[in-house]
Amino acid sequence: MTIGGNEKWVIWSYWFAIIGGLAAYLGYALRSGDAAVYLIGEMSHAHHQIELACSSCHTEPFGGGAILQSACMNCHAEDLKASDDSHPKSKFTDPRNADRVAKLDARHCVTCHTEHRPEITHAMGVTLPNDFCIECHADIAEDRASHAGLDFASCATGGCHNFHDNLALYEDFLIKHQGEPDLHPVALTPTTADTALRRALIEHPVAPLDFHAADMPITIQVDQHTASDWEQTAHAQAGVNCGDCHSVDLNDGAGAIWRAKPDQRSCQQCHSDEVEGFLGGMHGMRIAAGLSPLQPRDAQLPMHADKADATLSCTSCHSAHRFERQHAASEACLSCHNDEHSRNYNNSPHAELWRREQSGQLPAGSGVSCATCHLPRTLHVLNGIEVTLAEHNQNANLRPNEKMLRSVCMDCHGLAFSIDALADQALVKNNFTGKPAQHVPSIDWAVRRHAMEGATGSSNPKEESR
Amino acid sequence: MMKVATKAVSTLGAVALLAGCGAETGGGGITPQAMSDALHSVMEADRTVYTRLIINRLQNEEKVIKASEHWKDEKGLVLPAQMFRYGAEMVAEKGANFSYSLLSLWPVNKQNEPRTEAEKTGLKFIADNPGKNYYTEEDLAGTKYFTAVYPDVAVAQACISCHNGHKDSPRTDFKMGEVMGGVVIRIPL
Repeated sequence: MTIGGNEKWVIWSYWFAIIGGLAAYLGYALRSGDAAVYLIGEMSHAHHQIELACSSCHTEPFGGGAILQSACMNCHAEDLKASDDSHPKSKFTDPRNADRVAKLDARHCVTCHTEHRPEITHAMGVTLPNDFCIECHADIAEDRASHAGLDFASCATGGCHNFHDNLALYEDFLIKHQGEPDLHPVALTPTTADTALRRALIEHPVAPLDFHAADMPITIQVDQHTASDWEQTAHAQAGVNCGDCHSVDLNDGAGAIWRAKPDQRSCQQCHSDEVEGFLGGMHGMRIAAGLSPLQPRDAQLPMHADKADATLSCTSCHSAHRFERQHAASEACLSCHNDEHSRNYNNSPHAELWRREQSGQLPAGSGVSCATCHLPRTLHVLNGIEVTLAEHNQNANLRPNEKMLRSVCMDCHGLAFSIDALADQALVKNNFTGKPAQHVPSIDWAVRRHAMEGATGSSNPKEESR
Repeated sequence: MMKVATKAVSTLGAVALLAGCGAETGGGGITPQAMSDALHSVMEADRTVYTRLIINRLQNEEKVIKASEHWKDEKGLVLPAQMFRYGAEMVAEKGANFSYSLLSLWPVNKQNEPRTEAEKTGLKFIADNPGKNYYTEEDLAGTKYFTAVYPDVAVAQACISCHNGHKDSPRTDFKMGEVMGGVVIRIPL
C-alpha cells in the first residue's frame, strides 16, 4: 500500500503539531521557572537541594565538559585547595599520564561524580565502582607488602585513604601520631570565637546601648521581651542598634526601608565569614543558588514533622534578638534533625560532657555539642593574625568523615582511636556511645614499614608521596 | 608590542631577549628545541638558586629551618622537588602550551619514574652521557610532542644528603655534580 499526497500531508501536520506542542510546553516550563520537567534523574545528596537551579551547574545552555567542570570548581575549588587535593587536575593534564587518563579521566569531576544517576550513586556521590584505585595503583603491593591481596574496593572505604583529602591519613602523619591515648589527659575544644570582629571591638570599644537609644521607627511596637533580649545581649553591648539590622539598604531598589524579618544579608555586614560558611553548606546553599530558603520537608535526612515547614536562616538557630550560642549548638539542631545519630546524641558521653559544662561542673571547652563537631571552631591566620572562626558550613568536614579527624576528633582523642571510631558505622549511628568495634591497621602498617626501612627522621623528609 | 600566538611563546620571547640565548629565529620562527632550551635555562637557574640559597643555606649550613615534604604541618621549607612541581602545576592550570616534569631513574616517589619510551631512553641517555641533553619526538594519545630531557645534577649537599638518606630512595650513593634525574619538557607539535 502506498501513502497518497493528502495522507502524507496529514501525517506531517500531526508531526508538526506534536513537536510544536512539546516545544510550547517546554518553553513555557522554562519561562515560568518550572524546571522540574527538565530533570533527567534525581540528584545526589550533595545537590538535590538545588536541582531546580539548573543554571548553577549548566551555566550555559549548550556546552559539555569544560563548562560543567568550571561549574564544579565554582563551588568546590576552594575546598579542594584547602584539603591539599591528592589528585589535582594538573596531575592528569600532563601528557605523560595520557594512558591513565584514557582509563580514568580524572581531569573532570563528572568522570567519578556523575549527577542525575541515583541508581549508580553511592557514598561521596561516587558513581564509579569502588575499586577505581586499581586503574593506576594496581602494583601497590610492590611498594607496600602489607597491601598484598587487599581488595581495591577497600582503599577508600576502609578508613585508610581518600581520593582528595588525605590531610590526616598520609603516612608520616600516621607515624607522627602513633601511640596516642584514646583520650588525651587534657581534652578541650576551642571555646571563644576569637574573631576579627571581637578583636576590633576590644581595640575600639563602643558605648553599650539601652532601650532609650533604640532607633526603630515610632510605628513599630516592641514588646518587653524583645527589648530586653536585645538590651542584655551582645548586639546592644556592641552598639548595634535596631536599624543596623532592620533598615539595611540591600541594593534591591527599595532603599534602607524597615524590614521586619532581616535575612542573612543584614548579618553579613559584620559576620561575613559565618554567613559565607552558611551559604556554602547544606543549610544555606539554596539561598546561594537564588532559590527560596531550605525547608526541612525538602531534606533527604529524616526531620521532625512539626518543623517541616520551617525555613532556614541565621535566626533559625540563633533566635532573633537573643542570638544565643548555647541554644544554637545543640538544641536548635535537634529540633529539626531526627536521624538515628541525632536521636542518640542526648544519651551519648559527648552530650553528658556538654550538659556538665553548661551547668558549670566542667571547664569551658569540655563539652561536645552538635556544633563542636559539625560547626567546629577552627584556627585561621588572617593577615598574619591567628583567629578562631566557627565554620558555619556544616558540610566542610562532614564527608568523608575522616575530614573531621584534624578539625575535631584530635582535639580530645588520639589518632588511632579517632580513625577506628569514624570507620565504625554502628558507633557513628549510636553517637559514639561505646568503643570502636574494629581496628583500622593503617598506623600499625605505616609504623612497621618505617621501622623496617630504617627511616632517617624528619631532617630527610619523604619527598612527595601525596 | 608585537602580538604573539601563545603565552608560552610570549614568555619564551622575553626569556630569549633577556638571557640573550640566541634562539634560532630564522625562517619559521623559534624552533621547539630553542624554545625548550630557553625554558629549561630558566627552570634550571631558578631551581639551582632555590636549592643553594634557600634550602642548602638555611637547612644544611645555618641550620635555621628544615625542609619538609609536609612543609605546612611542619612549618618548614618547601622541598626543591615540590617547588619545581608546584610551578609545573601552576603552568598547567594556566593552560600553557607546554608541560614539564622532574623525573628520575631513582625517584623517591615512584610516580616520578619514567613511564613513556622517550622518558626511559632519555633518562638513561643523560645519565650515561653527562652534560648532554636528549631530544626526540613522541606520540601520546594521538598528539605529537617535541620532547626534551635535560640532566638534573646535584648542585648542593642538601640534594645528596636527602636522597642518600631517604627511606624510599632506590639509590643512596649520589655524589656532588652527578646526574640525579632529568627535567622533561614537552611541546605539542
